[in-house]
Amino acid sequence: MSERQIELEILRYDPEKDQAPEFQTYSVPCQEEWVVLDAINYVKDHIDATLSYRWSCRMAVCGSCGMMINGEPVLSCKAFLRDYPDRIRVEPLQNFPIERDLVVVLDDFLEKLNRVKPYIIPKENRSLEDGEHKQTPAQLKRFKQYSMCINCQLCYAACPQYGLTGHFIGPAALALAHRYNQDSRDAGRREREEIVATNEGVWECSFVGACSEVCPKHVDPAAAIQQMKIGSLIDWYQEHLMPWSKR
Amino acid sequence: MQKIDTDVAIIGAGGAGLRAAIALAEADPKLRIALISKVYPMRSHTCAAEGGAAGVVKADDSFDQHFNDTVGGSDWLCDQDAVEVFINEAPRELIQLEHWGCPWSREPDGSVAVRPFGGMKIKRTWFAADKTGFHLLHTLVQTSLKYPTIERFDQHYTTDLLVEDGRCQGCTALDMRTGQLKQFNARAVIICAGGAGRIFPFTTNGAIKTGDGMALAYRAGVPLKDMEFVQYHPTGMPGTGILLTEGCRGEGAVLLNRHGYRYLQDYGMGPETPLGHPVLKTMELGPRDRLSQAFWHEQQKGNTVPTQWGDCVHLDMRHLGEAKINERLPFVRELASSYLQLDPVTELIPIRPVVHYMMGGIHTGIDAETPLPGLFAAGECACVSINGANRLGSNSLTELLVFGKRAALSAAAYIDSGEKTLNDAALDKQAEEAQGRIRDLFLKTNGTESIAGLRGEMTHTMETGAGIYRTEVSLNETCEKIAELRHRYAGIELQDKSNVFNTDLFSALELKCMLDVAEAVAVAARERKESRGSHQRLDFEQRDDANYLKHSLAYHQGDQSPRIDHLDVVITKSPPGVRDYSGE
Amino acid sequence: MSRRPYVRELPRTTWWLKNGRYKRYIAREITCIFIGVYTAVLLFGVKRLSEGEAAYQGFLDALNHPLFILFHLLALGFATYNSITWFGVTPKAIRIQVGEDFAPDGVVAGAHYAGWIAISLVVLFMAGI
Repeated sequence: MSERQIELEILRYDPEKDQAPEFQTYSVPCQEEWVVLDAINYVKDHIDATLSYRWSCRMAVCGSCGMMINGEPVLSCKAFLRDYPDRIRVEPLQNFPIERDLVVVLDDFLEKLNRVKPYIIPKENRSLEDGEHKQTPAQLKRFKQYSMCINCQLCYAACPQYGLTGHFIGPAALALAHRYNQDSRDAGRREREEIVATNEGVWECSFVGACSEVCPKHVDPAAAIQQMKIGSLIDWYQEHLMPWSKR
Repeated sequence: MQKIDTDVAIIGAGGAGLRAAIALAEADPKLRIALISKVYPMRSHTCAAEGGAAGVVKADDSFDQHFNDTVGGSDWLCDQDAVEVFINEAPRELIQLEHWGCPWSREPDGSVAVRPFGGMKIKRTWFAADKTGFHLLHTLVQTSLKYPTIERFDQHYTTDLLVEDGRCQGCTALDMRTGQLKQFNARAVIICAGGAGRIFPFTTNGAIKTGDGMALAYRAGVPLKDMEFVQYHPTGMPGTGILLTEGCRGEGAVLLNRHGYRYLQDYGMGPETPLGHPVLKTMELGPRDRLSQAFWHEQQKGNTVPTQWGDCVHLDMRHLGEAKINERLPFVRELASSYLQLDPVTELIPIRPVVHYMMGGIHTGIDAETPLPGLFAAGECACVSINGANRLGSNSLTELLVFGKRAALSAAAYIDSGEKTLNDAALDKQAEEAQGRIRDLFLKTNGTESIAGLRGEMTHTMETGAGIYRTEVSLNETCEKIAELRHRYAGIELQDKSNVFNTDLFSALELKCMLDVAEAVAVAARERKESRGSHQRLDFEQRDDANYLKHSLAYHQGDQSPRIDHLDVVITKSPPGVRDYSGE
Repeated sequence: MSRRPYVRELPRTTWWLKNGRYKRYIAREITCIFIGVYTAVLLFGVKRLSEGEAAYQGFLDALNHPLFILFHLLALGFATYNSITWFGVTPKAIRIQVGEDFAPDGVVAGAHYAGWIAISLVVLFMAGI
């Protein structure tokens, strides 16, 4: 196990002391197989205990540790030092206000997640005695991919539309709406459409595709959004050209 | 100080806390619910569970079988009345999750699929690929958004319980964003704050598993039960400790020592089963404690594989084939590739036992009630006990649901059962005192200790002295060391004295909880002079039902070491027998 | 309350210079300017056509100017780039499930190419080629 000396340039911000964020550099002796999170933990444990950041699982499933590392939004627990040069710049996730150091304010995201009604709106009233809904592997596969989102917000950090127009509902929330729309047990697509087929929803997206590129779980929110655009277009035409047909 | 008046305060928003909140909201829409968590709910460690959740649902299965597997797996230390309730309510809970949208993996005909899991004679583990905990947690988080009566207090670290007139009447919690302490006056409190794997150095547990909830109850006078029983998961990745699910072995993966030999057959779990055709409850599908102990023995014999991270054995999945691995174990493949740079489709994966779960916890009865009226607990932080001396894999996700709901219904019934007036003046005073303790931490100067330093010494002594195998000598050393560390804690000075998201402060508070919990584990382990389940003594190698068919109860004694008392195990249908995992 | 969240605004005109991904996106979007101008030229040509043979011939002569030829070459290039990138992402918007799995990306993208070729052939045929 060999060592590597890494220079970590971390954007610091203490609202009670600082007017604006500033970089602070730490020299960290690292093991070769470490991830950036390990280096940050080393800083906190041995060099500067005032550094604040979020982390928990270390296995890219809790979504806590998203950061900008050399300008790219990544999970710091999955950013292997072997893929980076000796000088690494670490900043809090782009497009979110900085609370403190690497901790960002996520209120906006949570509000949007809530808004899209991300829960089963059932087709039928089914009691527990009726047992489970039957759902074939094919039906499961239709939405499975979109259910893999860990809410890490890397997609929001990558999305320029979210950065430029704060009212955009955003990739993860929209992908989650799509996940429920595609679930055979759900009947809420029209209800969600009122919320997502809007100027704050899918129509704000100009298919930059950055969200899908940075998503660590291959959820492909860009695809979800385009699919919802088409779905809503078809619905619109159906409503206006065939108004007699049932909704 | 900001005061929040509520009916039920739930501390911890993982699987159990969310299930409790939903159950309360559904039971009575008039109840005000404060769901308090130090992290956003989707960060709760439930998300890391991989394998599955057990429940009897297939025609070839029966409640009796699930009961027997669980009781035997627990080495007869579980409370059988609790297990009875648990296995009976399990299927309904899993179906409820399905109705709420959990993407359970399916049979071709559309019914829910089940997979084999360790220690179970019949397969009954419901699964969502190999990310069951993740899907369960997100289903619960998203479903909970339907209920406006659940008020969330995310990023609030609970510091103290408020206890007055012999009843729990609320808690105080730090708003992590502002550093302000808030007072929650509540008619009932449910603790669902998880386990404490972080008291050990190698663990599957995330950073947040620091035993905060256990410490809260413990310091309020509620005993911690069976703390000596710590589960080592047999297949953790070396170095990081990241979990590779038991589901691998359920699909047919095998364990090999350095000679390529399936060594488990030498430890009462043979005969060797055909490759790729696991037989339930034997060989690699034996219970976790036996598998982890077998590793230790192999290590003593020099049969383990030396690696850069220490001694390991090999997990062999190559015979499963790429298609099966991609379908059933995609997350495992990704983890091994990322963190070990190895592909399980073509290569052997080094693994070793790592701390995974605490069977012990806050003493509760079968309705999730603690001895302190008004206080309830559910999930890993609680000990009912259904897991006894060793938990079977996939019982704990189900446990979150069954006992999360039971705790909610108990709390609701408790509130209904009579006027629960809150003693405002007394609670205000206690809250002020809690504030004072935090202020003292800020005011401390001339610090002589570091948080990381004490934490490192704690985890080191726990692994050395209270690991898979223990002796009187090793436990004595650990008990003394922890007592010393608890004492030295007073020398901590915060390096960060700010108010906004001060993680130095949170780390200090978490360390205090960990030290208290670690001491309970070590002292209880020293007191139990027998070997049972996951508690193995080299100096007392046999199970001793005559003296130790009892739970241990650890009572907090302030600065002193805990006092250990005992409680009889509830036996209903299954008298203590031999745990037989041989295939014969 | 000592919170003071700090907002880092994205610079409104130069945000796309931040990384390669954004630059490629803007490059893709910029092609629409060329396509827009080409469409205007085409419409102008139709107008000239409606004004008689002399006017139309004048329009065709003007197109022979080297700058116009250069413009058309560029427009053709960008339109092709736009179409290819567009066809490349259509599989994301249109998912066809066959049995349990989804049709490979090539199927949807291929269908678009096939349609493009078919329509082009029809146009060329009608133009007498």
